[in-house]
Amino acid sequence: MNYTWDWSVLTQSPYLGWLLSGAGQTLAASAGSWILAMAVGFLIGALRSLPYRWTSAAASVYVEVFRNIPPLVQLFLWFFVFPEIVPASLGDWIKGQMPMPELTTTIVAIGLFAGSRVAEQVRAGVDTVRVRLLPAALATGLTPLQAYRLVLFPIALRRIVAPLTSELLITIKMSSIGLTIGLMELTAQSRQIENYTFHGFESYACATAVYLSIGLIATGFMHIVNRRLTGSLAGNR
Amino acid sequence: MSSMPNQDSKPDAGAPMIAVENVSKSYGHSQILKNCSLSVARGEVVVVCGPSGSGKSTLIKCINGLVPFDSGNIAVDGISVGGPRTNLPALRAQIGMVFQHFELYPHMSALENVNLAQIHVLKRSRAQAFEVSTRLLSRVGLADKLQSRPGQLSGGQQQRVSIARALAMNPKAMLFDEPTSALDPEMVNEVLDVMQALAQEGMTMVVVTHEMGFARRVADRVLFMDAGQILEDTKKEQFFKEPATERARLFLSKVLTH
Amino acid sequence: MDWSVIWKYRELLAHGMVVSAMLVGAGMIGGMIVGALLALARLSRFRTLAFVVGGYVTVIRSVPLILVLFWFYFMLPLITGQPLGAITSALTTFVLFEAAFYCEIFRAGILAVPQGQSLAAAATGLGNWQTLRLVVLPQAVAAMVPLLLNQAIILFQDTSLVYVVALRDFLTAANVVVGLNERPIEVYTFVAVVYLAICYGVSLLVGRSKKAALR
Repeated sequence: MNYTWDWSVLTQSPYLGWLLSGAGQTLAASAGSWILAMAVGFLIGALRSLPYRWTSAAASVYVEVFRNIPPLVQLFLWFFVFPEIVPASLGDWIKGQMPMPELTTTIVAIGLFAGSRVAEQVRAGVDTVRVRLLPAALATGLTPLQAYRLVLFPIALRRIVAPLTSELLITIKMSSIGLTIGLMELTAQSRQIENYTFHGFESYACATAVYLSIGLIATGFMHIVNRRLTGSLAGNR
Repeated sequence: MSSMPNQDSKPDAGAPMIAVENVSKSYGHSQILKNCSLSVARGEVVVVCGPSGSGKSTLIKCINGLVPFDSGNIAVDGISVGGPRTNLPALRAQIGMVFQHFELYPHMSALENVNLAQIHVLKRSRAQAFEVSTRLLSRVGLADKLQSRPGQLSGGQQQRVSIARALAMNPKAMLFDEPTSALDPEMVNEVLDVMQALAQEGMTMVVVTHEMGFARRVADRVLFMDAGQILEDTKKEQFFKEPATERARLFLSKVLTH
Repeated sequence: MDWSVIWKYRELLAHGMVVSAMLVGAGMIGGMIVGALLALARLSRFRTLAFVVGGYVTVIRSVPLILVLFWFYFMLPLITGQPLGAITSALTTFVLFEAAFYCEIFRAGILAVPQGQSLAAAATGLGNWQTLRLVVLPQAVAAMVPLLLNQAIILFQDTSLVYVVALRDFLTAANVVVGLNERPIEVYTFVAVVYLAICYGVSLLVGRSKKAALR
């Protein structure tokens, strides 16, 4: 394999600047999508767990639709189709004046996709505790709604931190699909560097290292969240 | 405060079947077994009792090498358990073990459970294994359950299959790790009856259990363990009449009030 | 709206779907074979091997598939010394990518079998390999099936990403149609519905296999 190595490529400008800006966009897209995913996911997950037929069905429809369509297809729908089917004034604003259209569209698309997955985790979490705790809560005189709000949801939340961590990592990786609509995030920038310098190995290795680091930080963050939440349950573990 | 291992044993005693000498084991910072010694003669039935966490299960699992120990010696019929040259699977084939949670293979019928090791370890033919398994399952009272899966059997039935599975290997000794602790009360006796019959046929047995009635009826010797040490090792009559240590007295008083 | 455009370009779209199916097929079969080998390596007693394989699996699972596609597209021709076609590179990438995920599914399935089962088998004198083959694996497989089906759904969705290397799978073919006709609403909606139907259908199978595993 004949390949000339040159790691200094990564520290020269403009390449270093590209990498930093790419990492920044990745972080922005990941954070934005995750916040949206958590908000939507908990709302939909809660609706799905409540024992009322209509809310549960509506939430199920959301989850199945947003979970089974590939995220890239969803991104294209939001970017190419959505502005065309809404009233013209909104459509024009989206296409013209909306700030950071690539980033915003990416956040909306990934956020709603990940939100459906978070909703599933919430529902699974509530299901595992419901069997034992719901009768116990109802037996103390709580109404069903109170039982869900005060007992089931808080406990389910603490139990799903681990699977949610894996959803967070998936969301971070998903942010790369933004490059198809022009978001110059980390993967896109590393490809750009390869195109310009032919030192693909170095630039992809660097991007890999950055993704690994972001993943480690995210895992560590969720670990701390887990400790703070379950500390109150487990006593002095 | 450990008493001397008792030298009186059954008339057909020779070299001990199971010899445990000064065995210790630690796990992390806690010491699970502290210098345990025990000798089981051929045909003897030894019951090991004591509070939870005393190390009884660990000790019995050291005897067939399922749990490694840090120091000391264990020999079964003269073969060293910790020895570097010992063929552990071959040794285990000669010792039968019955677990608290039965551990039957859920994807196989009762018959297949009892057949498995006969075919793959003793290299018996399918026909031979079938004959032995059928005989043993009938002996434990399950002649009509040969094709049943563990999921279709009650706890007591599963444990009896598990005993048959161990007996199918023609073991020299049988180890029982709390065999009835996971059973509903009405099923405990059907298992204890099988174990009593086995003892009467002369099987060498080490039984970890809380069933003091069984110990009174069937055991030759009783061991009492607490916090990793063997505190008592006496003939059964002596143990139930007047245990030597305060700790054992306390334990007995609590257990026997039921 | 003009939905006839889909019918007009049905051949192009069907070809794209065939490519997607090929990627799924190769990814699953190749991925499972390599994944099984990786799982055995990770569970083996050779600690350096287990460590290296563990490292590979961790990196692949932490990094976006698009980046892995770019990586392999760049690296494979350098390793083999000659340029590879787009489809070969994509197939190789998918096999090596999915293998990491299948490795973890196999490992999780095997480790999920209660330890008591291995102890009971060992107590009757069965050796390590015998225990794995006769007692652990049959039980592990039942638990793995829903996870494997789930991974198949994810794999099918992931095939749409070959768009970034211009391989003409179902989605990329649809893009070509949009480029020719400027009818994004009809075409992308159609694409979304097709993916939805297929993935939802398989997810129903996953539900059934989960219930079967609990039996």
